[in-house]
Amino acid sequence: MNPVNYLYLAALLFTIGATGVLIRRNAIIVFMSIELMLNAANLTLVAFSRMHGNLDGQIMAFFVMVVAAAEVVVGLAIIVMLYRSRHSASVDDASLMKL
Amino acid sequence: MSATTLSGAAAAEPVHSLWTVAAEAPSIEYAQLSPTLIVLGAAVVGILVEAFAPRRARYGVQVALASLGFAGAFAAVLALAMGGYATDKAAVAGVGAVAVDGPALFLQGVILLVALVAVFTFAERRLEPRAGGGPVDSFAAQPAAVPGGEGEKAAVKAGWTTTEIFPLLLFAVGGMLLFPAANDLLTLFIALEVFSLPLYLLCALARRRRLLSQEAAVKYFLLGAFSSAFLIFGIALLYGYAGTVSYAGIAEVVEGTVPSPGPALAASMSSDALLLVGGAMVVMGLLFKVGAVPFHMWTPDVYQGAPTPVTGFMAAATKVAAFGALLRLLYVVLPGLRWDWEPVLWGVAIVSMLLGAVVAITQTDVKRLLAYSSIAHAGFILAGVVATSPEGVSSVLFYLLAYSFVTLGAFSVVTLVRDAGGEATHLSKWAGLGRRSPLVAAVFAVFLLAFAGIPLTSGFAGKFAVFKAAAEGGAGALVVVGVIASAIAAFFYVRVIVLMFFSEPSPEGPTVAIPSAFTTVAIGVGVAVTLVLGVAPQYFLDLAGQAGVFVR
Repeated sequence: MNPVNYLYLAALLFTIGATGVLIRRNAIIVFMSIELMLNAANLTLVAFSRMHGNLDGQIMAFFVMVVAAAEVVVGLAIIVMLYRSRHSASVDDASLMKL
Repeated sequence: MSATTLSGAAAAEPVHSLWTVAAEAPSIEYAQLSPTLIVLGAAVVGILVEAFAPRRARYGVQVALASLGFAGAFAAVLALAMGGYATDKAAVAGVGAVAVDGPALFLQGVILLVALVAVFTFAERRLEPRAGGGPVDSFAAQPAAVPGGEGEKAAVKAGWTTTEIFPLLLFAVGGMLLFPAANDLLTLFIALEVFSLPLYLLCALARRRRLLSQEAAVKYFLLGAFSSAFLIFGIALLYGYAGTVSYAGIAEVVEGTVPSPGPALAASMSSDALLLVGGAMVVMGLLFKVGAVPFHMWTPDVYQGAPTPVTGFMAAATKVAAFGALLRLLYVVLPGLRWDWEPVLWGVAIVSMLLGAVVAITQTDVKRLLAYSSIAHAGFILAGVVATSPEGVSSVLFYLLAYSFVTLGAFSVVTLVRDAGGEATHLSKWAGLGRRSPLVAAVFAVFLLAFAGIPLTSGFAGKFAVFKAAAEGGAGALVVVGVIASAIAAFFYVRVIVLMFFSEPSPEGPTVAIPSAFTTVAIGVGVAVTLVLGVAPQYFLDLAGQAGVFVR
């Protein structure tokens, strides 16, 4: 199969993720959408790695996975903390500093 | 890279022999990488201290460890600079991953000095009322406990403190040291995450107003992760364009000087869309960290909600690191695209300067006001970036040095003005502060004048250098807008000074806490640097001038 198709799929996933971040209201869902964007980047890296015939892109995909895992640890800690003190994970409710 | 040897071997022999190829260990230049290694090593030791030292001993050990780590790393930077690595021995270290050159060493030095002063503001324990029979700092007693709940009350009563802030600070600084020195896109991304993740956590750890602090952390985290997703996708596209992630390799492809491109590279090189979209996404991710319009939305909320020592550190050091990375990316990787990115950055600089200055006028909270002022300053620094000349680079380096200490000092003063609810950050409470405590108000006035760019302060020398470089680089219109924005900004800085000195203090106004030696030193260093760079900037301008050449 032509590896370019994977690039189209990755671009689609990235767009879905970005749209999710912008329109969803639950912090967890927003965060999941960001993870989808990271995975779209992974797919792009691997597809390009295949097209160029070198391993740089695959190595980078591993690093992105590790970073995504670290982000989950930090992000879920922060979101759970927010939920415990407000009993809501909605990003609209977090508006104490609105002018 | 060893990857090419591996794939070459795999093509010639059966797949299983991949595992029998003797992997050659890459040679690592430990001496050139020592500043980052020292800081990250201290951070790891800090984690071990948290795990094994008794609670009582942790504070002292952590403060000493962090201070020594930063001082040692700064000594290493000095030694490297003295050894000529900033000029004629500038080279690429760590198998092409890290550049050791003038801009990298200069910015690393600035970041380490800022971090050293930031440790002092983190370690301040005389401002908060004592809890549990001991002094406590401005970080949460037990960050995991619900604000106002039983767990928090018990933790406060027991006098617990969060000494993990020091390892977090060390990790953040380790990432920041790597960020302006990153010489391939992978290192850039990893460094960005290494310094961002600890900052997200630090933002959430305020002792007072914990709901605001947690809200700031969530906003910073979600927007920061969103922007880093754009950054990594842009990196993926640039990799697809050039077939390599190293800065020098991409620059070669952008300029079209690759000796013999293979068929895959020849196909991707002809696709400008990959290059333009990828480059734009990477620059976007960096402009987010810088806090330039239109990627500034997080700045006011995060600066206001985060604990003030963290805000001061973040405002100063993040800007230094992110501008360093932006400079290297634009000047080393994408100089071939100059005619494409210059107009965009012109626009970003103009909008940042004007929006930062105009919106700051309407602010009623000191920390928010300083946040909008930092957006305007991002615009001023971008004016030096678009100069695209060695003078532009060195003026940006000098501006970052000047700006970071003013910012750190100003936020340290904000920690001192307090009432029963903690820090009194509403501007109305600052009325008449000059009559109540002339010294603190005068020091804050010095910082505000430096922000405004009044002569004899570092702000003037920095702005002059940046605007001069921009004008010589052909960005005259940008300088005109910059001067107008400075005039608008001067209005609200002076308004705060008038408020402090020429209005009646209200009887239930805030008090100025007497800090320990830590904060006194932090503010003193801020004032000293502001005045020295303002009165005698030449030595430091020369230093930045010598450091203005990137290695490739």
